[in-house]
Formats: sequence, structure tokens, C-alpha cells
Amino acid sequence: MSRLVDARGLSCPQPVMLTLKEIKSLPGGEVIVLVDTDTSKENVCRAAQSQGWQVKAIDPEGKGYRITLHK
Amino acid sequence: MPKMLSFFASRKGIILAGVFIGIFAPLLQKMGNPANMGICVACFERDIAGALGLHRAAVVQYMRPEIIGFVLGSLLAAYLFGEFRARAGSATVVRFFLGVLAMIGALVFLGCPWRALLRLAGGDGNAIFGLLGLIVGIWIGTLFLKSGYNLGRSQATYSSVGWLLPLTMWGFLLLMLVFPQIPGQEKSGVLFYSQKGPGSMHAPLFFSLGVGLAIGFLAQKTRFCTMGAFRDLILFRQGHLFWGVVALLVTAFIINLLLGQFNPGFIKQPVAHNMSLWNFAGMALAGLAFALAGGCPGRQLFLAGEGDGDAAVFVIGMIVGAGLSHNFGLASSPDGVGPYGIPAVIIGFLVCLFIGFTMREKTN
Repeated sequence: MSRLVDARGLSCPQPVMLTLKEIKSLPGGEVIVLVDTDTSKENVCRAAQSQGWQVKAIDPEGKGYRITLHK
Repeated sequence: MPKMLSFFASRKGIILAGVFIGIFAPLLQKMGNPANMGICVACFERDIAGALGLHRAAVVQYMRPEIIGFVLGSLLAAYLFGEFRARAGSATVVRFFLGVLAMIGALVFLGCPWRALLRLAGGDGNAIFGLLGLIVGIWIGTLFLKSGYNLGRSQATYSSVGWLLPLTMWGFLLLMLVFPQIPGQEKSGVLFYSQKGPGSMHAPLFFSLGVGLAIGFLAQKTRFCTMGAFRDLILFRQGHLFWGVVALLVTAFIINLLLGQFNPGFIKQPVAHNMSLWNFAGMALAGLAFALAGGCPGRQLFLAGEGDGDAAVFVIGMIVGAGLSHNFGLASSPDGVGPYGIPAVIIGFLVCLFIGFTMREKTN
């Protein structure tokens, strides 16, 4: 069961803050992050990787992206 | 595994942006821009306010093509890479006031974060107090962020919303071409042109515009942000953006040495005063306003170029703030702070604290 972080419409640094809050509360598993800018996409991926999580997939969704993080 | 980060999003990319700015800002000075002011987003927006007659400080009036280039370069990059996304509606009026306050603080110090770095790279020791103030202001901002502060979500909207500021910049450029500077005259058509002081010092139009376009392009792709550099370091212990700031500082220092533009000291530094407390406090106010608004003044221009209507309002707030600063004696001069600069900084802090304390989402 993956968790969902909806960061669409939020500007820096909110998407990263929400993502970190979620993945730090979990020992591992899957987290889906929705973002709507390329900046947020890059920042979320960078932050997740710095915490030892992997970016499993980045899929277009609506006008933004659906990022699948895994650990 | 998907290709996660492009070159521009890599550490090399952000360092490239810093190095590029570090080379071309001192070169702009060599080509005519004021000393230690190859690029200063706050000063240049203040000069634009002057060129439009929004204030009548005769020494700081010039339609700076660098600012026009920043927005249009970003627009170009955003369209080329499919990143233009018109959006708006995230506490827009708050962003306007934060822009006004950021400009008031920056003009007490006499520079934005970009210029603080360039002043330091040119040997102006007073910039140390400004940079310390900037860091403290951003640190206060991170405390609000940690306690749930945010400006809410923006909404996707009509492309024309994202186009308004870039179109305004096209208009500014057109005005410069229709009403070019006439030597010895302080006005050409509707535009004011300084005859002396920093506003009279500028590199050739197309050099300034070209550098501005290139920086706008690079910064949009790399997300270069001087405020974000310190914020991310404090908030996440993440140094990605900070590498760009370090690259800018080191490169500008080296180029200044090579060009003979490095003059260390505290006294009689160009377009600067040495009232350390107010250099510190002015920049602390600006830093807090930038942190609450989510970007340094350069970053706000780049965001506006890629369709962010809220960032565009922050930019307009800064231009209006410049008008207020000079009309009401809030801005500093090389002689020291303006007659009402100190109360303006104090009131500015109170307004920022009001915004920070009252716009917190209740989590848990």
C-alpha cells in the first residue's frame, strides 16, 4: 500500500518538506508524490535520493508528474 | 530506471550558472555598469521604477536591459523545454507586500543578495554584514516554514496570465528603442535617464540584454536562487543551490582581481554605506521576505518568465517598493540610511512576522 503526497500547486520548499516528512516517517515502502512543475520534480527526486530512497518512476499525470519513490 | 536529472539539474549545472554570472557581472561593470553592481536585481528594478518616473531620484533612473533579459531568457528556456506553466492564485496580495518589503530592506542595505555577493567579491567588507543579515532573515523564515507557514496552492490558469510580465518586459524594451537615451537630456519621450550617479552608468544596451538573456535561460534551467541556497542548507542540510552561490562568489572574485576591480576595505566603497547594524538589519528584512515568498529577487523574475503569475506580482511589488523607498526617504545613500529607513525596517519586520505567524497551516 503506497502513501500519497499531493504537492501540486505548492511552491518551494513545500513539495520537498512534505515528501521528507512522509518518507522519514516510514521505514521503507512506496511513496507516490504528485507535483506540477519540473522544479518540484527535480527537488523531490534529489531530496528522496539523499535519504536513501530510489526514484522508481516518473510518469506524466495531468499537467504535472507522478513520482514513485521506493525504499 | 528513468533518467532523473538532466545536466542543468546536476551540481555541474548549478555551478555553471554561478560561474557564468561570476564572469559576466564583473564584465558588465567593466563595460559600464556601476562598481560592484554588474548585476543587482533590486537596484536594477529600482532603476526601472526611476526610468518610468515612479520615483524622481535623479541618480537612479535607467531601464535596465538585464532585468528584461532575465524574464525573456527564462521564458525562452521554459518554452524550449516544455516547462512554461501558467499558474497563479497562491496568496497573491501577500506576495505583493512581501515584494514591497523585500525592496525596502534591500535598499537600506543598497543591494539584493546578488549584489551582496558581488560587493564582497569586489572587496566591500560592509557586504559581510549584509550577508549575515540575509542568512539570519532566511533562518527566521525557515522557523516559520517548520511551524507550518505556507502561502497555499496556486492553480493552473490561462497562458495569458503567465505572459503578462514577459509582455511587459517586451514593452519596456520597445520603449527603450522608441525613446533611446539622448546625451545630456534627462528625459526621452516617457522614459527618464539619469545624467549622473549609478543610473547614468550602464553597459551598452545589447550587451546588457544579451547577458541578461543568457543568465535568464541558464537560471531558469538550473533553478539558481541565492535565498534558496541558504534556506535549503539550513532547512534540509542540502547544499545543491549553495554550490551556485559559492561558484558565483569565487568566480567574481577572480575576475575582479584580473580586471583590477578588487578594492578591499569598508570606507568609501562604491554605492555603499558603512552603518553595519543597518546593513545587517536591512538585508535581514529582505532575507525574511524572500524566504516567506519562496525565492530571491532573481528567482522571482525567472519564475515569472516560466508562467508564475504570483512571482510576477512579487516583482511588481518590488518595483512599487522602490518607488515608495525613494519617494518617502526610506532608501539609503552612500552617506548612510535615509531619514525614514530605520522605522521602515522595523515596521517591515513587524509585517513579515504578522504574515509568518498568521499564515500557518495547523498540522496535527
